[in-house]
Amino acid sequence: MPADLRHSPGVRVGLSVAVATGLYGISFGALAVASGLDVWQTAVLSLLLFSGGSQFAFIGVIAGGGGGAAAAGAAALLGIRNAVYGMQLNALLHPQGWRRFAAAQVTIDESLATSTGQTDPVEQKRGFWVAGVGIFVLWNAFTLIGAFAGDALGDPKRWGLDGAAVAAFLGLLWPRLRSREAAAIAVVCAMATVLAVPFVPPGVPILVAAVAAAGIGWFGFRHGPDGEGLEPDVDPYPDPRDRPGHRPGPPDAEAPR
Amino acid sequence: MSVWFWILVACAAGFLTKLLGYLVPRKWLTNARIARVAGTLTIGLLASLTVANTLSTGQTLVLDARLGALAAAAIALWLRAPFLVVVVAGAAAAAGLRLLGAA
Repeated sequence: MPADLRHSPGVRVGLSVAVATGLYGISFGALAVASGLDVWQTAVLSLLLFSGGSQFAFIGVIAGGGGGAAAAGAAALLGIRNAVYGMQLNALLHPQGWRRFAAAQVTIDESLATSTGQTDPVEQKRGFWVAGVGIFVLWNAFTLIGAFAGDALGDPKRWGLDGAAVAAFLGLLWPRLRSREAAAIAVVCAMATVLAVPFVPPGVPILVAAVAAAGIGWFGFRHGPDGEGLEPDVDPYPDPRDRPGHRPGPPDAEAPR
Repeated sequence: MSVWFWILVACAAGFLTKLLGYLVPRKWLTNARIARVAGTLTIGLLASLTVANTLSTGQTLVLDARLGALAAAAIALWLRAPFLVVVVAGAAAAAGLRLLGAA
């Protein structure tokens, strides 16, 4: 017997995740205009692309002087994990008709984590939709606020917005560095990037690193348990104190990083 | 105009990738190698974007205030600060170092 909506853990967790995640749309908005996009281009990315990592990747390449093709390539590659999430959520929620398209659009790290953090199928469904739609609404609203604010700030370097972009990427990477192998992949790809920068046009070093990462993933594959953090659906709340709901995991997931 | 074109390409690719997950047969789900590549790609791209945004200016490698932003962000993350605090720490470090005369 599922709880009513006011006492539903899926709804409660979904709302708290939506507020926490939606708020940082403000940083995307400000950084996107600092990278050189206009307010409308920024808004369209949040509305239609709607995947934090891919959106930051697009503006990260543009900010570094890269071309649109490299930016779109980096964004598309970073979105591949969403296909894996989609398969998991389809098996969990079975959306039908138009709901399938709506579910696809709000399939992101946080809506997956909220859903899989619940054990009851009704709560899994509620958690997914409340987190997904809630983040979509707040993320777009705060993107606009950030974009207008960023536009008003003037010189982005004076405000350290290029440093903010660096921090944002490290913040997205950090929760995934939970095993030695994950950290090793990050180091190899970072070095590949540094080596490539002087020799290829801006933006392309990121694609070089993507090829290296895919190669390690494909050829380094062995049957058996994967390194912690290598699975695409990393829990964005690895700290049990911050964790919405509860998702039983291996005990070493709780180890300090 | 060309930026608009690539924005729409990225948006279309992003949505179709998500939708693909809902349309392909369930058995793909059990392909551990595909899932692993999706995971390593994500780590590699984010690591590369972090480094590129810290060190590159066009095609040259530069050590400047952004390195301080990276250090500040790492400390904030180590202290388990929320994402928005991490971003603000990065901005404050870069802006502060520039005030002090760093490039």
